[in-house]
Amino acid sequence: MDTNGFFGNWGGAYIPEVLYQTFLELREEYARCRKDPAFWQEYIELMETYSCRPTPLTHAKNLTKHFGGAQIYIKREDLNHTGAHKANNVMGQGLLVKRMGKKRVIAETGAGQHGMATATMAAKFGLDCTIYMGEEDVLRQRPNVFWMEKMGATVVPVQDGSRTLKDAINEAFRDWVTNVDDTHYVFGTACGPAPFPEMVAWFQSIISIEAHKQILNYHGKLPARVYACVGGGSNAMGVFKRFLEEDEVELVGVEAGGYGADSGAHAIRLSSDDASAGVAQGYKTMFLQDDDGQMKQTHSVAAGLDYVGVSPILTDLWEKKLVRFESATDDEVMTALDLTMKKEGIIPALESSHAFAGAFREVGSLSTEEAIIINQSGRGDKDIFTIAHAFDDPSWKEFIIERGKEYSNTDKQ
Amino acid sequence: MQLEEQLRSKMQEKDILLMTHIVLGYPSLEVNREVIRQMVENGVDCIEMQIPFSEPMADGPVILKANQEALATGISVKDCLIFGAEMAATFDIPFLYMTYYNIIYKYGEESFFKNAAKTGIKGVIVPDLPPEIGQSFLEYADNNHVAPVLIFTPTSTDERMRELARHGRGFIYCVARRGVTGKKSELNEDFHQYLSRCQAATSLPLAVGFGIQDRDDIEALKGRADIAVIGSRTIKLVEAEGAAAVGPFIAGLR
Ligand SMILES: Cc1ncc(COP(=O)(O)O)c(C=O)c1O
Repeated sequence: MDTNGFFGNWGGAYIPEVLYQTFLELREEYARCRKDPAFWQEYIELMETYSCRPTPLTHAKNLTKHFGGAQIYIKREDLNHTGAHKANNVMGQGLLVKRMGKKRVIAETGAGQHGMATATMAAKFGLDCTIYMGEEDVLRQRPNVFWMEKMGATVVPVQDGSRTLKDAINEAFRDWVTNVDDTHYVFGTACGPAPFPEMVAWFQSIISIEAHKQILNYHGKLPARVYACVGGGSNAMGVFKRFLEEDEVELVGVEAGGYGADSGAHAIRLSSDDASAGVAQGYKTMFLQDDDGQMKQTHSVAAGLDYVGVSPILTDLWEKKLVRFESATDDEVMTALDLTMKKEGIIPALESSHAFAGAFREVGSLSTEEAIIINQSGRGDKDIFTIAHAFDDPSWKEFIIERGKEYSNTDKQ
Repeated sequence: MQLEEQLRSKMQEKDILLMTHIVLGYPSLEVNREVIRQMVENGVDCIEMQIPFSEPMADGPVILKANQEALATGISVKDCLIFGAEMAATFDIPFLYMTYYNIIYKYGEESFFKNAAKTGIKGVIVPDLPPEIGQSFLEYADNNHVAPVLIFTPTSTDERMRELARHGRGFIYCVARRGVTGKKSELNEDFHQYLSRCQAATSLPLAVGFGIQDRDDIEALKGRADIAVIGSRTIKLVEAEGAAAVGPFIAGLR
């Protein structure tokens, strides 16, 4: 990152003037934390005792046999507290908030995972918490809303624009410019104005620091490839970061193909020609936008990948050809999820299933001597409503109908 | 004549100037045209025309909704620039564009400023481009004699204000409070101190906006600021009572 927050041509801090001072303070505090080994130590201890770090690296022997190619290893971010890699970033920023002495946190959330993690952190650290969530996502991810509220957070459904992640981000910014003095915005992914992309990637790098050690330990050498799904890009940056130092490891980001690259209903920013350079939400990256610069509607079966922009760090790595980008359609993702459950008894989140789908397409052509790592960014069982719906599962539907009847009867009494 | 000179000559005649804000295409360019006519005829001194953007991060609910509904009618940036040119040619007051940086970035900074200069637009307000990363933007603005209007806020330090003033042209837009457009501001003692800090930091005229709604607010600004900015208030008025209500409202402000 240069002094203005750019990675090559991408990033920066395109912020309203009212936030200038706050960002200055945030950048300074972040710089102090990075220089202070005790801060990282405190972070590791927190993650070991409150979350479930180090998370395991699972050798998926049945999937490996099924494809007959490279050894498949799964990095288990699903075993973090609250069920996703989001906790890594949130707990790190929580420690930062404590140092800065702010009393209130706000966050945007798409899938609800980041909101859940932030609500957890706020409860643990005794902070007030407001979560902005697109109305469409509130409907898609009702169980997460329930838990956020139970942990004491206020969840605000955002009714503007496409009612998804980008609109929740805009609304969180509107809150922040109003309440800058006592509030920290816990940005949920490696996007937004500097220093967020780099700071979030730093906290998430704990994933690849562990995975690097683990794969050498289990497999005796580095993996041929590492796969991650790419929404904003935080789990991808997390699992890539340590391996970026190793030339022989190929890094693959898998974007949301939705109904297909030609359908217009997807969130493919880097692995198709649909996106172009732009500036929104405080940073410069490749956005899905029209010729005038108005953002387009996106689609994915996975709420957490359904986003118009992407981490400026990844865009820089894409431009420099240091990371390869692919996409997986909703249908491919459901097939990959089904197979992973049947073969390994593991339930990846819909977001993470994109990384599995991308890897499954290629793994058979690699030698059995090689290994690949798939980052399982989150667990799918919390998405039961969405996943059961996507599988169009008859017995689940029947259960919901019955439960619905039961509730409407009690309401009438 | 350039923006600052134009404003200064008007400041000789009036104890405070009025600037208004409209969102292009909301509810339609026809209504915009009528609203602008009423504004000019009733003594508005300067108008900022917002080119709508899908992600108006610094705007509150009223202007946010206006941006979305304008875009839903299918209005393009080109439509806005043609309309802006028409207004600048029709009325003898300075017109500015207000928009988010992406609109100008996608259009091309150089082409945008050339178009503005050629069509008689006097200034541009962009709320999400700090000067330290807007060097080329500021250069194109200066080369084309279109004023880049920069923003002071209550969180700006004296040092930051001086830095902003170095790059700003035309006037300085002083945001009256933290937050987004649309809510009422308390014009209290803290606010007066803030305005004195603004004055000390720049020799440019000062405009005050965000939550200025009525005659009392404007009265309170006299002698402390040069320009009062009415934003969301007239948009709400047009929504509730139609374009014809704008003239009498403006006439009653001073
Ligand atoms: C489980 C999971 N994986 C991935 C993502 C995508 O975000 P990112 O690309 O920042 O990792 C999300 C976002 O909500 C998520 O919940």
